[in-house]
Amino acid sequence: MWAFLVTEVMFFGGLFLAYTFLRWKHHDAVVAASGHLDWILGGVNTGVLLVSSLTMAMAVHAAQEGKRKATVNFLILTMILGAVFLGVKAFEYSHKWHDGLFPGFNFHWIENPAYAGGAEMFLFLYFVMTGLHGLHMVVGIGLVAWIIKRANRGDFTPEYNIPVEITGLYWHFVDIVWIFLYPLLYLIQPPHH
Amino acid sequence: METASTISTTTAPTTMPGAANGVFEMPKVTYLNAQEGIKSWLLTGDHKRIAILYLISISVFFALGGVFASLIRIELLTPGPELDAEMYNRAFTAHGIIMVFMFLIPAIPAVLGNFLLPIMIGARDLAFPKVNLLSWYLYIIGGALTMSAMVIGGVDTGWTFYTPYSTTYSQSYVFLTGLGIFIMGFSSITTGLNFVITTHKMRAPGMTWSRLPLFVWSQYATSLVMLLGTPVIAITVVLLAAERVFGVGIFNPNLGGDPVLFQHLFWFYSHPAVYIMILPAMGVISELIAAFSRRRVFGYSFVAFSSLAIAIFGFLVWGHHLFVSGQSAYAGIIFSILSFIVAIPSAVKVFNWTTTLYKGSISYETPMLYALAFIGLFAIGGLTGLFCAALGLDVHITDTYFIIAHFHYVMVGSTVIAYLGGIHYWWPKMTGRGYPEFWGKLSALLIYVGFNLTFFPQFILGYLGMPRRYHVYPPEYQVLNILSTAGASVLAVGFMMPVFYLLWSLKYGPITGPNPWGAKGLEWETASPPPTFNFDATPIVTEEAYAYDAEADEAAYQAALQQGKR
Ligand code: HEM
Ligand SMILES: [Cu+2]
Repeated sequence: MWAFLVTEVMFFGGLFLAYTFLRWKHHDAVVAASGHLDWILGGVNTGVLLVSSLTMAMAVHAAQEGKRKATVNFLILTMILGAVFLGVKAFEYSHKWHDGLFPGFNFHWIENPAYAGGAEMFLFLYFVMTGLHGLHMVVGIGLVAWIIKRANRGDFTPEYNIPVEITGLYWHFVDIVWIFLYPLLYLIQPPHH
Repeated sequence: METASTISTTTAPTTMPGAANGVFEMPKVTYLNAQEGIKSWLLTGDHKRIAILYLISISVFFALGGVFASLIRIELLTPGPELDAEMYNRAFTAHGIIMVFMFLIPAIPAVLGNFLLPIMIGARDLAFPKVNLLSWYLYIIGGALTMSAMVIGGVDTGWTFYTPYSTTYSQSYVFLTGLGIFIMGFSSITTGLNFVITTHKMRAPGMTWSRLPLFVWSQYATSLVMLLGTPVIAITVVLLAAERVFGVGIFNPNLGGDPVLFQHLFWFYSHPAVYIMILPAMGVISELIAAFSRRRVFGYSFVAFSSLAIAIFGFLVWGHHLFVSGQSAYAGIIFSILSFIVAIPSAVKVFNWTTTLYKGSISYETPMLYALAFIGLFAIGGLTGLFCAALGLDVHITDTYFIIAHFHYVMVGSTVIAYLGGIHYWWPKMTGRGYPEFWGKLSALLIYVGFNLTFFPQFILGYLGMPRRYHVYPPEYQVLNILSTAGASVLAVGFMMPVFYLLWSLKYGPITGPNPWGAKGLEWETASPPPTFNFDATPIVTEEAYAYDAEADEAAYQAALQQGKR
């Protein structure tokens, strides 16, 4: 599993490199474009994910203690929180489309035209990075659903609960990625005073 | 040298002892006949069957890559244009993509590694057999997509896909090809994951890390590179494809992006990828050298750790592909120095192999011919790598035929040669039958001669200034180009011969028994071909790797001499 996570880190690593480059080359445009991201919604989502990590940790703990009911409940809670995250994300995406901030197909930059190129690239990276992250969330929710099914069947005991643990590890990893994404994408511009 | 060669002809194991006398019988139930029908192959979880699936598909792709190579060489026979420029660009791009992504990267890990890694560590299978099968399907799907792009019109960017040409200007099927490469990347990643986890978790009792065959060490190091590097190329291809589709310009200077960023990302994977191609080959060579000089590989732990060193340092030198791409002079100098450093572990291996030969009791069967050819050709490939890594000199030779010659010496002269050596060495294990030695040696010789004739002139051409990737050239280069094309024809014959005699041997080859070479290693302790789960009982390892005894062999020979038996 650790080997797998290393691969994942490298995956996002390439994107972070592109991001670093963009930020360095088009600093002002990035700041301007980042202003269009809703830091409050992003913040709410950060909170949601953090809580979901907590419930996930509780689920793993419960599984190790052999408490089947608690394991299942915590897992369901985790799944719901994950779904909330995706819902908020979808709402944000649709907003971007409405505002004409979707790179390639629907992009109309009405502020300082000098920033148009950099801003489009920034939003492009925003979609790729959060999109890839969202994809990981979907996979995560699928995994949790599978684990719930197995837990209900009584597959896990205090001796055997590796699948729960591994799913937990994956879930935390996806959270951590978001913890990096959030400040890098949303919090560049100080929120309006 | 002297000692080595006098002993050589003497204590050599006779070729496949017993085979000719019909001493051995085919085992009744093997992995090949345990289940019947095409479905049992396409849905198999057996690492050995998956290796065979890979062997067949990889051979097909190798042949296709060869067709494009022939096109290139025919075009370059004369200075004028036979193909138009567009066609030529597509030919060398197709050749490069097929050979790199569809042949060299998977060849040794997916065929020999898949077959041997579990057996060598005494395991029943890989850790995740289904994931292993998945990796083959990913490879086939990715390969099919890439090939379909070539059929409907091809790609003309070169295998390097440099931006902004690939993103903005090229009218060819970049997206489809990229998608194929992306998917094949996941095939590499899953294979790497499987190997790493298997090596950690599934070693037989007594198989400690310091007893692992060097082939396993090299597969392990390769897998690490696959895990760390492949995601980066995958995401780079995604950015490239998205840029073509959405028209945002991360790599496009007109829109404020930077094409050199692409080169950094590309080579951050693709330099380590050259180690994905060479490390497994080095592993094969360690096995061959030990088996045919009947000695433990000299400096076992140096050879093992140099694999890891290569895997790590390989990630720090990508900038040597950007000497003339506008990176800063300081970056150039640092990358130049680091590139010299990365050559050290490779040199360590070469010295250890040659030292192993010294006082070994060498015999010259086909696999050993390949191994010796490898050492010579890899030395040339590696040393010319240092030419390229010397910042000042590279400005002169970059993008010339010198580079082409350099990387063909390492990719063909080393990796393909090691792959073929490995296929011959383990053929009896995979099929239970031996191949005809005479034809084996003849084809090895043709490949060696043909290869040098093809690529050595290219060093000179490059040094004289002939640039790569053009379909026409000034007439004064023609003589060397004719030599090169002539060599390529010999090479083609050499490559085709094994196809025939290996297929022939499936039916008519002598039955070899479990250990035709008298070699050490767990793979030789089970039947040939092995049963589905490799061993009848889990083996227990009590010896170091390569517990050969050359001196005992020699003493036995001397004794026999004195009794007048030889
Ligand atoms: C001994 C260590 C090596 C060193 C110091 C080295 C150095 C270099 C350098 C500096 C270049 C860039 C030259 C240029 O583009 O101007 C280069 C190109 C290349 N090398 Fe190596 N190399 C080494 C080993 C290898 C190995 C083992 C392989 C493959 C198995 C390999 C494959 C390639 C390829 C494919 C290219 C050309 C890529 C392209 O532009 O299409 N090299 N090498
Ligand atoms: Cu390189």
